[in-house]
Amino acid sequence: MPVDLVSLTNVVISGVLTGLVYGLMALGLSVIFGVARVVNFAHGEIMTLAMYAAVILFSVYELNPFLAVLPIAATFFALGYGLQRLIVNPFVTRPDHAQFILLLAIAIILTNAQLMLFGPDARSVRLDSLLESIELGPLLIDRGKLYAALVAVGTAAALFAFFRFTRGGTAIRACADNWLGAKVVGLNVHQLYAVAFGLGTVCVAVAGCMMILLIDLTPAIGPGYTLLAFVIVIVGGLGSMNGALLGGILIGVSEALAGLFIVPSAKSMFSFALLILVLLVRPRGLFGGDR
Amino acid sequence: MNRRASFLLALLAVTLISLPAFANNYFLSLATFFLLFAYTGQAWNIMMGFAGQLSLGHALYLGVGAYTAGALYFHYGLSPWIGVWLAIVACIALGAFMGALAFRCDISGVYFTLLTIAFAEFARIGFDHFAWVGGSAGLFLKVAQQNHIDWLNLRGPPAMYYYVVLILAALAFAASAWLLRQRPGFYWQAIRENEEAARSLGIDSFRWKIFAVITSAAMTAVAGVFLAFYYNNLFPEQIFSINRSVEMILGPVIGGLGTLFGPLVGAALMIVATEGATELVDALGWNIPGVKQLIYGVILFAVIVYLPHGVWPSIARKLKLER
Repeated sequence: MPVDLVSLTNVVISGVLTGLVYGLMALGLSVIFGVARVVNFAHGEIMTLAMYAAVILFSVYELNPFLAVLPIAATFFALGYGLQRLIVNPFVTRPDHAQFILLLAIAIILTNAQLMLFGPDARSVRLDSLLESIELGPLLIDRGKLYAALVAVGTAAALFAFFRFTRGGTAIRACADNWLGAKVVGLNVHQLYAVAFGLGTVCVAVAGCMMILLIDLTPAIGPGYTLLAFVIVIVGGLGSMNGALLGGILIGVSEALAGLFIVPSAKSMFSFALLILVLLVRPRGLFGGDR
Repeated sequence: MNRRASFLLALLAVTLISLPAFANNYFLSLATFFLLFAYTGQAWNIMMGFAGQLSLGHALYLGVGAYTAGALYFHYGLSPWIGVWLAIVACIALGAFMGALAFRCDISGVYFTLLTIAFAEFARIGFDHFAWVGGSAGLFLKVAQQNHIDWLNLRGPPAMYYYVVLILAALAFAASAWLLRQRPGFYWQAIRENEEAARSLGIDSFRWKIFAVITSAAMTAVAGVFLAFYYNNLFPEQIFSINRSVEMILGPVIGGLGTLFGPLVGAALMIVATEGATELVDALGWNIPGVKQLIYGVILFAVIVYLPHGVWPSIARKLKLER
């Protein structure tokens, strides 16, 4: 198939922009794993929950997802905090597989509760103001994708700043680096785990509010995005925050290119192949440090 | 197993063998699914319950097994009795390949689990684009005549399928019971409890983990062949779906990981709970999709939070069935 440079560039730009939103979603998973050591098998399902919240706020209160993102983020922080505090925390001392199965059960409950509440029909939010593309010479940039990517980058930057420059962020990093040491110096480890879980949930909720502008929502897409988030963080390095964003861009671009060169429905096959390859060759991820 | 437990097991066997004499077709299909879940649960339990390797991608072996025998029957009229061996060989090869890759590269814990999911998803999308077996449009076997039994092609009335899966479940139970008391069973449990300690005792953990994977894969392949000839249609979206893999783990996790009776009890509980709930929902006049899966999720959640060792150990204690 002949592909000219302009359309190739357009596809790559679109892949990078979508990839940044993927990256924010995966960043949430990475924070939850990196600090609280919880393998969140319900990640995609939590994202679809945030997407439904955005749909409802839009259809009932006509609240634009760019504004709805604020109350949704606050609610989801509380949700993640509570989930860790009340349900996941007792599993810290149990075998790994018990925790996976717990989160799998939560994922199954979330997917099917959403199916029962909202039905199997596809929902989406389309803003008229985003329909026109931005023209940059011969290039066309989708306005919705651009703004979504900007919000994703802003959220990620805020999170990085929090971890770097605030006392709370430093304390959370201390917990992640050395659980016992953090306890010894008097940090409330369980509280900080819950805060980290809450922050991870905020990331995925913000990503969800942006995704609703880009894709159609059904309850069935949750598990696929859980897997996608895992693919991204493993490619980027589980627990590495930069890795999650870079991995998101990598997967976003490769999906976009796969859609251009091979059958679009086979595009996630490429991601899984990449996952298997990375697991075998560099199990700590492309950008993950040695632990 | 003490005398009391043997008596209960014998009672269960008699009930199951005589069931088609008094059960209607609907009840028989429920019983068939119960035994199928018990069988696949037993297969999965060997890998996770005995050897401690968590697979969330067992739909891979189910699907490859089903498609191998199904497609050979569809294209060449090959009897499933030959097809099942080819399906087993295919799944053993796949399991050995994945296991060797994973264990040689030291992939363990959540990484291993994700690898199993990735292989299953990879196969799902691959079969979606595999035209020879019908791709995403599905593969349809000639529907069986309901009354007369054609053993050679595994065609016949529901009772025939019921007895086939009953024999499979009984064999799987016996095989698991036997394996647990043999060398592999002890090695697997040692690896499950502490792999480093097991290795320091001279157990070749690589070899025995691979053996667990291929045993489990081969058993699951047979279930796949059964499903192909029971349903007569195969779709990659369904047979390779992660929901299938999850369904396979529910029985043993709910019943009790690593126990012999766990997969049986868990499978029975799942069928009873979901059927009861479906009846209730129908009676109340709500016809909403997702109820069954939601109940699976709630039971799984309750068991993992409140009964970490599954339902069976506490039942066994209450009924004094332990040695």
